[in-house]
Amino acid sequence: MATLTTHPDCVPLVSYRFGKGATNIDKYLELDGYKSARKAMELGPDAIIAEMKTSNLRGRGGAGFPTGMKWSFVPKQSAKPKYVLVNGDESEPGTCKDRLIFEHDPHAVIEGVIIAALAIQAKMGFIYLRGEYRYLIEIMEKAVADAYARGFLGKKIFGSDFDLDVVVQTGAGAYEVGEESALMESLEGKRGIPRIRPPFPAVVGLYGGPTIINNAETIATVPHIFRIGAAEYAKLGTERNGGTRLFCLSGHLVRPGVYELPMGYNLKKMIYEVGGGIPNGKKLKAVVPGGSSTPVLTADEIDIGMDFDQVGKAGSMLGSGGVVVLDETVCMVEFALRTMKFYQHESCGWCIPCREGTDWLKKSLTRLHAGGGVDKDIDNIRYLAENMLGRTFCPLGDAAAMPTIAFVKKFRKEFEDHLEGRGCPKHRAAEPEPALV
Amino acid sequence: MASPAQPGTIFSPALAARFDRLVTLYPVRRSALVPMLLYAQDEIGYVSDAVVAEVAARIGITELDVRNVVSYYSLLKTRPAGKYHVQVCTNISCMLRGGNEILDHCKKKLGIPNKGVTPDGVFSLEEVECIGACSWAPAAQVNYAFHENLTPESMDQVLSDYRAKAPNGEGK
Amino acid sequence: MADVTFTVDGKKLTAPAGTLLIEACRAHGIEIPAFCYYPGLSLQAACRMCVVRIEKVPKLQTACTTPVAEGMVVVTESPEIAQARKATIELLLGNHPLDCPVCDAGGECELQDMTFKYGAHESKFVDIKNHRDEQQWSPVVYFDRPRCILCYRCVRVCGEGMDVWALGIQNRGSGSVIAPNGQDHLDCEECGMCIDICPVGALTSGTYRYKTRPWEMSHVGTVCTHCGDGCKTTLGVRRANDGMEIVRGDNRDKSGINGDFLCIKGRYGFDFANREDRLTQPLVRQPSGELKPVSWDEAIDFAGKRLRELRDARGGQTIGVIGSNRTTNEESYLLQKFARAVLGTNNIDHHRTADYPAFAAAMNGESEASLRDFASAKAVLLLGNDPTEQHPGLAWQIRTGVRLRGQHLYVANHQNIKLRRQATSFLRIRENDYAALITYLAGDDSALDRNGEAKAFRDAIRGEGSLIIVFGSEFRGSDVEALVKFGSSLPNVQLACLGDYANSRGAADMGLYPDLLPGYVPVIAAAHFAQEYGASLPSQPGLDLLQMFDAAGHGELAALYVVGANPVARYNIDPASLRNTFIVAQDLFLTETARLADVVFPAANLYEKSGSVTNTFGDLQLVKKAADRAGTRADFELIVRLAVAMGADVKQLVPFGHRGVRADMGQARGAQSGEADRHGVWLAAHHLEPKLSPFDPFAIFDEIQRLVPAYEVPRLDLLSGNDQHLRSGLVQIQHAATRRDVVWPSNDTLFTSGTLGRYSRTMSSVLESREPAETAAD
Repeated sequence: MATLTTHPDCVPLVSYRFGKGATNIDKYLELDGYKSARKAMELGPDAIIAEMKTSNLRGRGGAGFPTGMKWSFVPKQSAKPKYVLVNGDESEPGTCKDRLIFEHDPHAVIEGVIIAALAIQAKMGFIYLRGEYRYLIEIMEKAVADAYARGFLGKKIFGSDFDLDVVVQTGAGAYEVGEESALMESLEGKRGIPRIRPPFPAVVGLYGGPTIINNAETIATVPHIFRIGAAEYAKLGTERNGGTRLFCLSGHLVRPGVYELPMGYNLKKMIYEVGGGIPNGKKLKAVVPGGSSTPVLTADEIDIGMDFDQVGKAGSMLGSGGVVVLDETVCMVEFALRTMKFYQHESCGWCIPCREGTDWLKKSLTRLHAGGGVDKDIDNIRYLAENMLGRTFCPLGDAAAMPTIAFVKKFRKEFEDHLEGRGCPKHRAAEPEPALV
Repeated sequence: MASPAQPGTIFSPALAARFDRLVTLYPVRRSALVPMLLYAQDEIGYVSDAVVAEVAARIGITELDVRNVVSYYSLLKTRPAGKYHVQVCTNISCMLRGGNEILDHCKKKLGIPNKGVTPDGVFSLEEVECIGACSWAPAAQVNYAFHENLTPESMDQVLSDYRAKAPNGEGK
Repeated sequence: MADVTFTVDGKKLTAPAGTLLIEACRAHGIEIPAFCYYPGLSLQAACRMCVVRIEKVPKLQTACTTPVAEGMVVVTESPEIAQARKATIELLLGNHPLDCPVCDAGGECELQDMTFKYGAHESKFVDIKNHRDEQQWSPVVYFDRPRCILCYRCVRVCGEGMDVWALGIQNRGSGSVIAPNGQDHLDCEECGMCIDICPVGALTSGTYRYKTRPWEMSHVGTVCTHCGDGCKTTLGVRRANDGMEIVRGDNRDKSGINGDFLCIKGRYGFDFANREDRLTQPLVRQPSGELKPVSWDEAIDFAGKRLRELRDARGGQTIGVIGSNRTTNEESYLLQKFARAVLGTNNIDHHRTADYPAFAAAMNGESEASLRDFASAKAVLLLGNDPTEQHPGLAWQIRTGVRLRGQHLYVANHQNIKLRRQATSFLRIRENDYAALITYLAGDDSALDRNGEAKAFRDAIRGEGSLIIVFGSEFRGSDVEALVKFGSSLPNVQLACLGDYANSRGAADMGLYPDLLPGYVPVIAAAHFAQEYGASLPSQPGLDLLQMFDAAGHGELAALYVVGANPVARYNIDPASLRNTFIVAQDLFLTETARLADVVFPAANLYEKSGSVTNTFGDLQLVKKAADRAGTRADFELIVRLAVAMGADVKQLVPFGHRGVRADMGQARGAQSGEADRHGVWLAAHHLEPKLSPFDPFAIFDEIQRLVPAYEVPRLDLLSGNDQHLRSGLVQIQHAATRRDVVWPSNDTLFTSGTLGRYSRTMSSVLESREPAETAAD
């Protein structure tokens, strides 16, 4: 079980019930549980979506698409059943927030599903968790069973005329399944290969029906928006970036941990005050601001507010909220290699640029890091990454290309230092692998 | 081993019953495939040919279809792992805090390489991608249990705790 | 759908709304490259080669998944797009083995062509390529994983196209791999569609791999010699020591009635032609009882003289002739003419696999369905037969119709045939209930056990606005008549009758019957034939095939001439019963029948001659000489020479030089005429070609067209290699009810093809590789 951490700047909204035993449904009810769902039931679909728009909640999975707008795309009339889908396939390196939600507040996820289902009039919801989170699946299944037992799920929920079934689903190890259409494929019992879009899930999604698919944190936030009011929620954050978010601080920090902070919170402050700064008197070298897919920021690029727009302006992305802090000892080539190794391992293999690009880049970076690099490798790494960017079937190719381009661009000197048979200055003992020139 | 719930199943009565229900939960039976494979692996130890055959029959798809799916997901194994499958994360957050050292330590301690199985079948070792423990790095999972904020010393303790749980000479 | 107008590369184009951009461009001559896109198969958007720039869209878009829209502005070639495609090729080549010099696909590889086009000439890749050893998946299919570019065409054509689903995709990322359903082997129909559709050399065939370079081959489009569908196959042939050998069969250019479809027989079942145990010398039985090779003159003179003696001594009615299901129309026609006009007998027959005379009688001039019609038909009613096994081309057409055009398929069968999977409605009936079914469908409720299923089946069929009814050899005689009558009670019905072999229909049309002349004209009404032939013809019906053997057993059959048939094996004839019959046989191999013969002539097969064949649907097609084997002769030539040796007037037999000067313009001449000689084709089409040889089948084709009106098809189209549907039904003057039913379905499977099939190593090895072993039907 993950340890909880906090800081005076934290705004416990989504984390409001963390550590308070809210997995117990009675405790959850005691802590304002299922009130939002009842409120939403009175509001009706249009008002729910209006509230969601007012809240300025943007998707917490990484892309930051406005949630209320996403819900509004679902057609009111549909011949096929509609579905609500919770993406709990948390796998972006540097990200460990959804785990806490499932562990500490599973009913908030269920309540979020109920509200989303009410908004689009869906009769079925799925909560998809990654297979590695087995203990959380057990917690979620228990919570769902408890909600059924109380009449919050199943036939005529809360005594209304509304029926809603919820199924907890497990994945079995695949980052790509975090991509929404790949997740739907996986949920249909197939390989996690993304789908051709359009059509988008809101129109043709799971089992061909209109589908809302949201990140677990997004869905878990929904009941809190109805708990405190959408306008109140929006006010917590910055313009067009409503509310709070769970930031996962990791890497070289004195106090790594998951902290709920307002959107727009200053990154520098986050590192030095919330996270307690860099341990062992080392200097900050770089920050990956939003999970491994987001372009790295150098130490002098971090005085920015952490919301989608400001991080975007700084040339990176807010992403999944995984803030990975690197001190001065880190070899950026090794870091780039480890990042690429991940994408190479997780590429679904469907399209050529991603399948071949990640494999090639991993090989080149491995060799370069070990001292087998040749001059043209550095430009070639950038060339490959730039030619993957925007050309792949799904965003995984971009996720692999963007950070790579940033590493080479911002830390080119370190790449050059690995050349001429020298290998990694930090790992001189490494056996150089010769290039097949 | 418990006797099968019904003739023709390789699973325990409880799991077979669970599968009977699982396929009814979804609009299409095939949606039960991934969970079924994972739960089957948990019981049998790996996705054996027999598991593939029975799952294919239960879902109503070809064995090829099942294998296509099995081979896609990294948690699903088609060869037996150790009784305790040690999965050490070396992804970025863990790497920064000594994940590679933990992995090397496990290799040395268990005397097996990455993806190896100890001769007694008690342990197997695998370097894995991010397991969602970044803020508590470095971390490892033994089967499904998380072990976080690891040091080589605490990893030793973890391994010896599991070793103690395995009856003498038990292997697969 | 309504048309939309859009702009591509500055040109205003129009296409129906919803058309895929890649198709719309191709239709207007704008080529957009693609590996994974394949017309008729599901969309993948995986190869990223077809990226184009669409105005107001931030990223490059795949033309294969973008439907055209009104006002859309598209750029398909620009430096940006060329770079994207070049980079994709570079990425592919990173892990590609570049073993082009030894790769089967080298020289006709889509990856090579794209690399050439986009100039990805510099190799940036310096690391170790991923490798996996090649695998043999079946006697037919080999897989070279490193060459695979994962376009998934094979997976789709096998699943969507063939409904076999034997190929999958396993692992992920750079470990992704095409995998067979048997883990290390394929359990499938061995059609080779996966190999054919592979844009690179990843999937190769056991019959072709490492045998040749593509440019060493010449390509000849002809017609498959196996089943009655008459699929077009393009044979790749190459010079060999003893002639031209066939090294490949495919229909990659999608010409012909089968598109790019071929089954194992059409694609690989040519290999009997290359066997070393082909007969290449005439054999004559010696007083010692042995068959000994002799010269052609000796053999022909001997056979001719003996036949003449027997005819003159014992009369034509003591001589029997058995024709073939695989010889050309011209050969079958000539054979019956030889039998009737030279031997003076109506004892002529062939292995009948369908009751075509009954069908012709019942149809009374109504139009029958072409094989082409099945892919576009709105509804099909399949009665009996198992097309997946016996008419794979028909099965393909039906599956295509169902999959792409929403065709309604109704199947009634006594077995759970595979096509039921495509059926809108499948009715399982008892084996002997086919006739009753027709009575029931026609409205007699008492004919079948009353049940809701049958009624729904009948109601659905009757509700169709148009329908093709296709039936197997379960229907004969009056059952055919009843079925055709039922068909004519429905609106817009076409019919088709299924027979078994490449020219079974032609054999029937050309009068290989004891009672029927070409065009199903009864022998008793032979006046205009006698006039054309300039000879008196026997007017009483002769013996059918079984009666001939009965006669032989009674010592009443003086001679038997067997052309391209193996009745001894097919009908399990006791060799002893033929002891007193002089037998002349023409065949490729020393078959059970040839082994009993007194004279054996080594014959050419259908791939080694020219002429025409008619498939079971009445589609008339040209066969072209693709290969040859030194020492063999076409059956046509053999019949002519035998007739001459018997003292017949060759100009009476083959009207060469008749009504003008004629010359063989290459149709019959060399194996390597290559692309059709345009001048020759035109002259031939207009009856202007000088035909100088009596071995020219087109001299006889003229006569066929004069005597069999249904064969009056446009000659220019036919000679250009296009299939021609027979113009009208073949009208029979007298009803066939008195004819004895000797139809004997061969019940071939995908992997058998009568006697000929036994000589195909590919087909035999597939059968051997199967457990439990199936036995080849003979």
